[in-house]
This record gives sequence, C-alpha cells and structure tokens, in this order.
Amino acid sequence: MSRPVALAAALIAASLASLLIALVSGPFPISARVVLDSLLFPMPGVVHDIIWQLRAPRALAAFACGGLLALAGALLQALLRNALADPYVLGVSSGAAVGALFALAAGAGATLIHMGALAGAASAIVIVFGLSFRTGEWDVYRLLLTGVVLAAGLSALVSLTLITAPQVQVKGMLFWLMGDLSYADGPLASWIVLIAGAALATSGARGLDLLSLGETKARSLGLPVKALQVAVFGVAAASTVAAVMLAGSVGFVGLMVPHAVRLMGVAAYRWLLPLSVLLGGVFLTAADTVARTVLAPQQLPVGVLTAIIGVPLMLWLLGRKRLPT
Amino acid sequence: MLKCDGLTLAVPGRVLAREVRFEANRGETWAVLGANGSGKTTLMHALAGLAPAMRAEIALDGKPLGGRGARERAALSGILLQQEDAAFWGEVLEYVLLGRFAHARTVFGWSREDEDASRAALAAVGLDGFERRSYRTLSGGERQRARIAQLLAQDPQLFLLDEPLQHLDLRHQVAVLRLFGSLARKRGKAVIMVLHDALWPAQACSHALLLYGNGVMESGAASAMLTRDRLERLYGCPLREIAVEGTSFFAPV
Repeated sequence: MSRPVALAAALIAASLASLLIALVSGPFPISARVVLDSLLFPMPGVVHDIIWQLRAPRALAAFACGGLLALAGALLQALLRNALADPYVLGVSSGAAVGALFALAAGAGATLIHMGALAGAASAIVIVFGLSFRTGEWDVYRLLLTGVVLAAGLSALVSLTLITAPQVQVKGMLFWLMGDLSYADGPLASWIVLIAGAALATSGARGLDLLSLGETKARSLGLPVKALQVAVFGVAAASTVAAVMLAGSVGFVGLMVPHAVRLMGVAAYRWLLPLSVLLGGVFLTAADTVARTVLAPQQLPVGVLTAIIGVPLMLWLLGRKRLPT
Repeated sequence: MLKCDGLTLAVPGRVLAREVRFEANRGETWAVLGANGSGKTTLMHALAGLAPAMRAEIALDGKPLGGRGARERAALSGILLQQEDAAFWGEVLEYVLLGRFAHARTVFGWSREDEDASRAALAAVGLDGFERRSYRTLSGGERQRARIAQLLAQDPQLFLLDEPLQHLDLRHQVAVLRLFGSLARKRGKAVIMVLHDALWPAQACSHALLLYGNGVMESGAASAMLTRDRLERLYGCPLREIAVEGTSFFAPV
C-alpha cells in the first residue's frame, strides 16, 4: 500500500473515531455503545435529543470547519506559492470580523451576526479580487499584497470596535475573533461547500502541481494559468467564508494542516488536498471536544485550543530527524 | 513545422532583432547563437508562445500560435527553460509525469501510458533507477537531465531547448545532442536549441540562426552560417579555425 493510500485509510478511521468521541463526550455521560445504538436504532428520548440535536450538529460543524480551513489553506499556498499563506491572508476573515463585530456591537442576534460576517467577507473578496484583476493583468504578487494591506486596515477597524464597544459585548467579540463553534448554525450548507470545493479542487490538482513549478513553466506545459488561478481563488474564498460563518476565525488549522500532510511525505496535490481536508476535520473536531469538556461547564473558544494542541504536534513533526520524501 | 514571419525581438528600450524570418521544418536541427543579452531566450519564449504580445507572427503547423489553446500548443511544441522559478518537492518520477499534462486524460492521477512514457524518458537520459528519488536531492547535472526527461515525456513535435547542455558533463553533452539529433532525423521532429559553445553547432546542427543583438539576424544552413568571419562578429572576439575531416571548428585565439 502506498504512503498516501495508507494515510488516507488512517485518516478516515481517525475521522470516524473523532466524530464518535465528540458524540460520547459532554457533561451528560453517554457511552459509545448507546451512541452506536442510537445511530442504528433511533429511539426518541432525552439521549436521542442530546446526540442528534446538540452534539452531532456541533461535531459535524467542527469537522466541516476544519476541513474547509485546511482546504483553503492548501489552495492559497499553491496559488500564492507562499508557504506562509493561510485562509486569512487575503483579508476574508478580517472582512467577516468587521461585519460580525459591527453586528455584535449593535446588539444584534445570531442571524444578523452571520449576515454581517457574510457581508464583510464578501466585500473583502470583491475588493481584493477587483483591485488585483482591475488592469486585466492578473498578478499573484499584487493579489497577496492587496490582501495583506486590506487585512491590516480591517484589523485596525476590529481593534477600534473592540475598544469602543460596551463592556458586556466584548467577551462575545473575543470569542468570535478567536474562533468558537457554540453558535454554529446547521452544518449542512458548509458540508455542501466542503464536498463540492474539495471535489472541484482535487479534479484540478494536476494543474496545482504544475503551478508549483512556476507560472512560465506551467504555461509551457499546457496549463491555462489564469483560468486556474481564478478558479482556485474562488474555491479558496468560498471555503474560507463557509468556515468563518461557522466558527469565526479559527487560527492555525489552515496554515499548518497542509504542512503537516507535506511533512508526512505527501506532495502531489491530488493527495494533499483530500488528506488535508480529513486531517483538518479530525483536528478541529478533537480540539472542539476538548474545548467544551476540559473546563466544563465553562466552554472555551476552540481557536484557543487549536494552537495549544497543534503546536507541540507540529514541532514534533518538524523535529523528526529525517524529513520524509 | 514552425514559421516565424517578421518577428521583432525587443527588451524595454532596445530592439534586439528586427524582422526575424525563418522556417524550421521536421527533421531539421537548428542552433541559435548569440552573445549574452542578444535575445536568444526572448526568441525561444516567443516561439513557445510564452510571450502573448509576440504570437501573431509565429505559426505552428500553418496556424498562428494565438489560435491554439495552451494544452493544444503544449502537445505540439515543448520548451526546455533555461531556469525554473521553483524547486519541486516530490519524487523524480512525479516531476517527469508533469510533462504529460497536455496528454493526460485521467481525472485522478496518471494513466499507465503516462507512467510508461515517463519511465522511458528517464531511461533515455540515463536516470533509470532515480524514479523514487526526491527531486531536491539531485545534483545540478542530474536535475538538468530530469528536466530533459520531462520534456521528452511531453513528446512534442517541436523541441525548443534553451541551453540544453548547461550543468552537463562532456559525456552527457554528447548523449543529449545525439538524442535530439536522432529525434529529428529518425522521428521527424524539429529541434531548435540555444548553444553557447562554438564547438557543437557544426557537429550537431543542420541549420543556424545568429542573433547579433543590434537588430540584425541571419539564418540558414549551418555550413553557410558557421564561418569564422560571422562568428567573430557575433561574439566580438578573434577565433582560430580548425578543420578536422572536412568540418570546421572554432576556438578562441
């Protein structure tokens, strides 16, 4: 069995395990056997409701969010040919943050907060894409700088909102900014974006491999470079928006998960993309389970835990004597 | 195969060659010669369709370059670039397989046919056994041969080679020139290569194109182009002519 196939098998098993653990864990004790029974033979009742109304949507939202962030990160690293690119580098999350925080400051409810985030993210995408594409000469370098500059400006707006907002609303804002799944809506829409985005991106994976050789080289080998770049930008932006709508800006996952897969010896994008989606999903599901149980009944924002758990794992991967490949 | 009709090569502020006209046919091997900065690479990029502003004057198999999609063009003509922007992080075989992009029909991964072509290409440059090696661990010369293998896997009708001999030792220089010579003669490909050595063109090429860098270019049969007078003007240094078995070679005085 080749390395990517073995990794895929292991990560699919880990995905199922992480989802099962998420269903089992919580203040109300439910054993794995009961969860499996409830999956196979649904019986109405309190246990059934806790599993299907509370824990399952939350676990599925966490998985989708992790997968979307990892997908967007891997795509932007390929598009910008920059190892430090993450889903937030193009200002999408800063735009969403401004929208969400304005809604929070106005004392709006969950729906309006979501709409605010969506409007902010969409404006950021339109501005970045419009400015970079304006002259007709698509330039990835300008795209990156435009995104970074816009993100800096939007971050200032975020700070301003935090400072001027009434004290009672600041904690909610901080949760949003760190990334928190407790207000995640039904995860169905994000799963649709995740599956469609991952399938679309994987079908163009050969083009991404070519792009990693440089634009001139990719063009000489027959790749319609601009069309691919625009498509990659679109899928990455849609994935980021879907993730941000679920959980605010969860850090670390989008930047590090693709690198973790690379460090495990997978470079070809046809494997890197699906494996990153799986690993991102497993990772965020596990992190969120810890976030809502470790200090229960106090719930932590999952974004705090992604780095606390992820950093040691990543340092261990980096520190292994011989890097694979 | 390739017809270039009135192309002007220019870099910002300077015209390198005016009215470049020549026709490279199947079975021919062309040498492009010129001093540093005389427009050799600019010409090669234009011929490969990599310079969008210079597509109208170049026709491939009777159709202007701009009239073909990127993939269709890559199936007809392939270029060995002088330098690549980025290092490749995978295995050597994966790298060579990328040359099959224009031919690939599968949605996920590569077909058996692509893989066979890539393995054969690696064998043709003496890199069989290197399939699973990491591309990054190759030496400069091995990398150059892997890049040639990728171009062979692309299997175009027209080969554009920008300094194919860089980083290669003498034995591999001979092997690479023989390889492309036989592709032209036996399989009817057209080959155009930038060479820096005054020694190889007379041995390896049927035609030559000289770029003087001052707006003037000349092209024609190698025997007519490769004269001491022309090469001295081209490189701006005195040369000694050495005749061996009827072929003239040039070495610096």
